[in-house]
Amino acid sequence: MTKPKLALYWAASCGGCEIAVLEIKEKILDVANVFDIVFWPCVMDFKYEDVEKLADKEIDLCLFNGAIRTSEHEHFAKLLRDKSKVLVAYGACACEGGIPGLANEFDRKSIFQRVYIETPSTYNPDKKFPQENYDMPEGKVHIPAFYDTVRSLKQTVLVEYFIPGCPPLEKTTWKALEAVIKGELPPVGSFLGAGDKTVCEECPRKKEEKKIKGFYRSHLKIPEPEKCLLEQGIICAGPATRSGCEGTCIKANLPCWGCYGPAQGVSDVGAKFMSALASVIDSDDEKEVAKILEGIVDPIGTFYRFALASSLLRRKKMSQEKKE
Amino acid sequence: MKKISIDPITRLEGHGKIDIFLNDKGEVANAYFLVPELRGFEKFCEGRPVEELMVLTPRICGVCPTSHHLASAKAADAVYHCEIPSVAKKLRELMNSAYYVADHTTHFYALGGPDFVVGPDAPKAERNILGVIKKVGLEIGGKVIRQRAICHEVVSMLGGKYVHPSAATVGGMGKGLSEEERKRCEEIAKESIEFGKFSLKVFGDIVLSNKVYVDLVTSDTYTHKTYYMGLVDDKNKVNFYEGKVRVVDPDGKEFAKFDVKDYLNHIVEWVEPWTYLKFPYLKNVGWKGLVDGKESGVYRVAPLARLNASDGMATPLAQEEYERMYKTLGGRPVHFTLANHWARLVELLYAAERFLELTKDPEITDPNTRVIPTAKPDEGIGVVEAPRGTLIHHYQTDERGVTKKVNLIVATTNNHAAISMSIKKAAFGLIKAGQAVSDGILNMIEMAFRAYDPCFGCATHSLPGEMPMEIKIYDHNKKLVNIIRRD
Repeated sequence: MTKPKLALYWAASCGGCEIAVLEIKEKILDVANVFDIVFWPCVMDFKYEDVEKLADKEIDLCLFNGAIRTSEHEHFAKLLRDKSKVLVAYGACACEGGIPGLANEFDRKSIFQRVYIETPSTYNPDKKFPQENYDMPEGKVHIPAFYDTVRSLKQTVLVEYFIPGCPPLEKTTWKALEAVIKGELPPVGSFLGAGDKTVCEECPRKKEEKKIKGFYRSHLKIPEPEKCLLEQGIICAGPATRSGCEGTCIKANLPCWGCYGPAQGVSDVGAKFMSALASVIDSDDEKEVAKILEGIVDPIGTFYRFALASSLLRRKKMSQEKKE
Repeated sequence: MKKISIDPITRLEGHGKIDIFLNDKGEVANAYFLVPELRGFEKFCEGRPVEELMVLTPRICGVCPTSHHLASAKAADAVYHCEIPSVAKKLRELMNSAYYVADHTTHFYALGGPDFVVGPDAPKAERNILGVIKKVGLEIGGKVIRQRAICHEVVSMLGGKYVHPSAATVGGMGKGLSEEERKRCEEIAKESIEFGKFSLKVFGDIVLSNKVYVDLVTSDTYTHKTYYMGLVDDKNKVNFYEGKVRVVDPDGKEFAKFDVKDYLNHIVEWVEPWTYLKFPYLKNVGWKGLVDGKESGVYRVAPLARLNASDGMATPLAQEEYERMYKTLGGRPVHFTLANHWARLVELLYAAERFLELTKDPEITDPNTRVIPTAKPDEGIGVVEAPRGTLIHHYQTDERGVTKKVNLIVATTNNHAAISMSIKKAAFGLIKAGQAVSDGILNMIEMAFRAYDPCFGCATHSLPGEMPMEIKIYDHNKKLVNIIRRD
């Protein structure tokens, strides 16, 4: 019997997802036994042309990490979609756009301006910017186009499953791979390896009554070790975030940052997070409420930290780019 | 003019590309290394609370997240003019030391090592970590996996997880070590020292006792005379966590020694329109293009550069190895790019020794790991030595501590010019008119930059394997005449 074919790929990512796959340690050998790995640029020596040569849907499972930032990323998202029976968004960037998606508050022009002109260490007297095509004395060279906005994988192509996390923890990755190996896959569109609750619901800290008179930024209050961080006024993404990490950052005595993405059934994580915070504010006085909310100095970054690209915000800008 | 495109290459974040132009005789006319990606952290970190930059910026690189986490924490502490508790400083350094052992292990056994352990022209299917395990035995393979795992355990102890730990905050560390955790760290540190010694022995047995390899390491094809940069302590010994930035010239003489807050007086970044990555150079020498020598501001960072820029190692076993390396290679500075592999192992041993010292520090279990910053935030600069080189974070904030401007000089970026030069020199040295460009040649070109352990866009590459490559050769009419492929 031929083994099912597995492919792994990265786009706009940090490489942490590649390390995360290897965090399953010796179990990676089980994966190599079960699957015929046909593409994993990071670890194995297959090339794009090998992928191009495969028949449509010849890859049984493709784990794709990273967001779509450049024309090259988009090209490989589409190519791997065509070649794969099951395409899985692996990690926060592929699932929701991740941290690189915060760039959607800005655009190509302002990013280039900052990086190549404005930064104090840069010396660029001729105001040169990277160009897709450039004539060297010896001939032409080419680099991919940098898009105006970042997209998640599901905003680019059809995706069957999602494995959340920045990066997915060892147990998440292994649970997801186990489900695939045992053929126990849930309905298309499901998240694999994580929970269907919120981080808050799995958090070991004691919860009493959430009523607060002010928000503290995480560096401005040393939390009591056993008590719910939000009850202490420390902004924690636990109520809006998918469970599965068992409160990794909370155990390090710092708040949840939201890397497992929107909780089950939540389409816009920021809206959910905002409503959770609003419900714990202990005031009916409009002015006092406004004062309390001043404690949240960066609403977009706070509420949409890992999921701005896939959120409901800035859809107009994205659709404009699509038309161009 | 013919163009050879090595595209795609991997083990860079996203993708890298090499374009080599050949003249009509088939000689190399020029070679360019292109970095086709940018994410723009310098822009989208604007408007964020500064205490979150140590959460956001590690996402620059999931291979060296601990380095970004700590450079960011140090910059944010400086923004608040905040002196952190002494135990917090030690915990950060302890975490960093364990991380260094793991990361240098990965590079030696999975990335750089296979070229030597299995051989530069071994069958490509074996030129990876699996080939290494096959050659050195399963027992040693297991040792490598275990070493990585136990060091990851230390980072997770303090930061919840290994990739993107959540450990430091403005004013210190989120949590400390219990006595039980300290004991576990001490065991791991002792094992790490043994592993460091063992790795140096492996290097000696496999590389130094083989004349072919020694000739390769010391060959002109892999040599550049440049400036070198690294952090040093007050005795000019290598330090990964703090100290002054020291620069030595190609003769090994001190050229500059400065506090990182003055980095703008020393480092400038050049922009070229054909790549997304900038080229840092020494301001007080100047940009002369992609050339080496005393007149060119190109400098190098990372293991060999750190050793070249120092007067030694701060721990006894690493110091012995430092002396042995320079004695063997003809004195300091060493300009052989491939000697980075040796320097990396000297550093691994230092990291392990320093790790053990910290686990025995009576203060290390002090539970008061944080202070609340009280001064008005404004501007701060932080530096650490990431495994791949000097890493600088520079933040300016408003009076609420919300970031207005961010500037980053990322470890591998410092080496960008040197890596480009090394690739070019390898292409010139290895591709000869009238000779076929074989798979072996491709791997030898790869070795030129693999020694730097590059991390473009500061990311991925800490894994086994090699780059898939395809070279397309066009004639002067742009007609495709040949495709050379490495499977």
